[in-house]
Amino acid sequence: MDVNPTTEFVLHLADNALILGQRNAEWCGHGPVLEQDIAISNISLDLIGQARSFYQYAAELQGNGATEDSLAYLRNERQFRNCLLVEQPKGDWATTTLRQFFFSTYQQLLFQQLLSHSDERIAAIAEKTLKEVNYHVRWSSEWVIRLGDGTAESHRRLEQAIQDLWLFTGELFTSTHYEIESGVDVALLRSNWEEKIRSNFEEASAEMPTNVFARTGGKTGLHSEHLGFMLAELQYLQRSFPGCEW
Amino acid sequence: MSVHNLEQLFQDKIDAEIKIEPLDWMPEAYRKTNIRQISQHAHSEIVGMLPEGNWISRAPSLKRKAILLAKVQDEAGHGLYLYSACETLGISREETINDLHSGRAKYSSIFNYPTLSWADMGAVGWLVDGAAIMNQVMLTRTSYGPYARALVRICKEESFHQRQGFESLLVLSRGSAEQRAMCQDAINRWWWPALMMFGPRDSESTNSDQSMKWKIKRKTNDELRQQFIDMCVDQVKLLGMTLPDPDLKWNADRNHYDFGAINWDEFWQVVKGNGPCNRERLQARKQAWEDGVWVREAAAAHATKKRERANAA
Repeated sequence: MDVNPTTEFVLHLADNALILGQRNAEWCGHGPVLEQDIAISNISLDLIGQARSFYQYAAELQGNGATEDSLAYLRNERQFRNCLLVEQPKGDWATTTLRQFFFSTYQQLLFQQLLSHSDERIAAIAEKTLKEVNYHVRWSSEWVIRLGDGTAESHRRLEQAIQDLWLFTGELFTSTHYEIESGVDVALLRSNWEEKIRSNFEEASAEMPTNVFARTGGKTGLHSEHLGFMLAELQYLQRSFPGCEW
Repeated sequence: MSVHNLEQLFQDKIDAEIKIEPLDWMPEAYRKTNIRQISQHAHSEIVGMLPEGNWISRAPSLKRKAILLAKVQDEAGHGLYLYSACETLGISREETINDLHSGRAKYSSIFNYPTLSWADMGAVGWLVDGAAIMNQVMLTRTSYGPYARALVRICKEESFHQRQGFESLLVLSRGSAEQRAMCQDAINRWWWPALMMFGPRDSESTNSDQSMKWKIKRKTNDELRQQFIDMCVDQVKLLGMTLPDPDLKWNADRNHYDFGAINWDEFWQVVKGNGPCNRERLQARKQAWEDGVWVREAAAAHATKKRERANAA
C-alpha cells in the first residue's frame, strides 16, 4: 500500500477501533444481563465513534475523494492495519472482557503518549477519546477481577481466556515502520502495560503467562482467517450496490 | 374497611385522574393486568432488539451503524425501566423473564417477522415504532403511575427512532432503482403486520372493557389503528411509495381512510407461535440467558466475597 506513514498509522488506529467495535456489537441483544448488554454496546459505540474520527482524518490526508466510508468499506483484508487481538472471535464473556482490558489498557497508554504528538489532529482525537478509554479500562478491569474472584467456573474461564489471548498481546508493542516514521514508540508502552495487567491479575488471582510466543502480522496486513468473514459482512451492502447513498 | 369500599375508593381515584402508586391498595385483577401488560411491553423491547440487531454488522455506513446500534441499545434501556416498573407490582425481573422463556408471557408478535433487507431498518422504525408510539402516547396517561412515567421517557426516544427510520427510507426512496425497490418491498412486507400490532378488532378483544374502565387503556384498538392508518397515508406520499392496500380510500363521511381486510388468520397463527421467526427469537433469548448464568453467578459470588472481606476487615 503506497501511502504515507502518518496516514497508515491513522488507518491502523481507525481499523483497530472499527474491528473491535464490530466484534463487541455482536453482543447487542445477547448479553448475559441487560445492564451489561447496554455496557458492551456502549463500548462498541465509542469504538465506532473513534474509528470515524480517525477515518475522517485519514480521508483528508489521503485526498482523492476518500471518505470515512470508502476507507472502512472498500479496502480489502490485506489493506487493513488492525492488530490480530481485535479480530479474534468474541468468545465467552471472559474472552470479551479480558480482550477489552488488554486493548483498552494499551489504548490508554498509547493515547497518553499521543497527547503530545506533533500532529495536532492526532493529539486532539487522542485527548477526546481518552475519557472514554479510561471508562473502558475501569469497566473491563472490574470484570477481570469479578471473574477471577467469582466462582470456580468463572476463574477457569478467565484462565482459558488468558491462554487464548496472551499470544496476541505482543503485537501491540511490536513497532511497525509507520509507527516509527510517525514518531510513535509503542515498545516504550510495554513495561507500564505489563505492570497494570500484573496488578489487576493479582487481584483476580490469575497467573501472568511467561515466555509466550508473540504472534504478529495484523498491523502490516497479514491477518487471521477471521478478518475476511468480518469484512464480508461489514462491507456487504457497499460492495453489492456500489456508489449509493445510504 | 370492606373490599367493596376499597374498590369504590380505588375507582373514584381513577375517575378523578389520580395515579395509582405501588403502595396503594389495588384490586388483584388490576395488579395482574398491569403485570401482564408491563412485562409484555418489557419483553417486546428485549425481543425487539433481535430483528434490528440482525443488521448492525451489515449497516451500510459507519453513521448508520452507530445510529442503529444506539437505537437497539435504547430498546435495552426501555426494557430496563419497564422491568423496574413491573417490580413495583411485586414480581422480580427474573420471574418475569422466566415467564417469557417458558412461553407463559407474550411479546409483540411483530418481532416474529424477519428483517430481510437494509430497508427493513427504515420500515421498522417508521411503521413498527410508529404503531408502537400511537399506543404508548396513550399509555403515558395510563392510571398506574410508574408505568405512565416510564412511558414518558420511552415515547421521547421512540419518536426520535421513528423519525430516524423515516429519514433512512427517504434516502432510499431518492436513491438507485435497486434502493427504491428495496424500500417498496420493505413497506409491503411490514404494512399489514404493523396494523395487526394494535390487536384484534374491538368486537373480538377480550381485555378491553375492564382496562378502559380502569384507565389502563384509554383508546380502543380500532381507534388507534385508524389514527395510524390516516397518518401513514399522508407520510407515504413523501416517500413516493405506496401502501399495499388497493382498498385504501378517503371516506368523507367518516373523515377517515377506509382500508382493506386484515388477515386475522395470519395474526392468530403468529400469536400461536407459527410466525416466521417465533422459534428463533425465543431461542436467542433463552440462549443468551443460559449462556449468562455463570457470569451472573460469578458477579453475585464476587459481590458476596467482597462484602464479607469488608466486614472482616
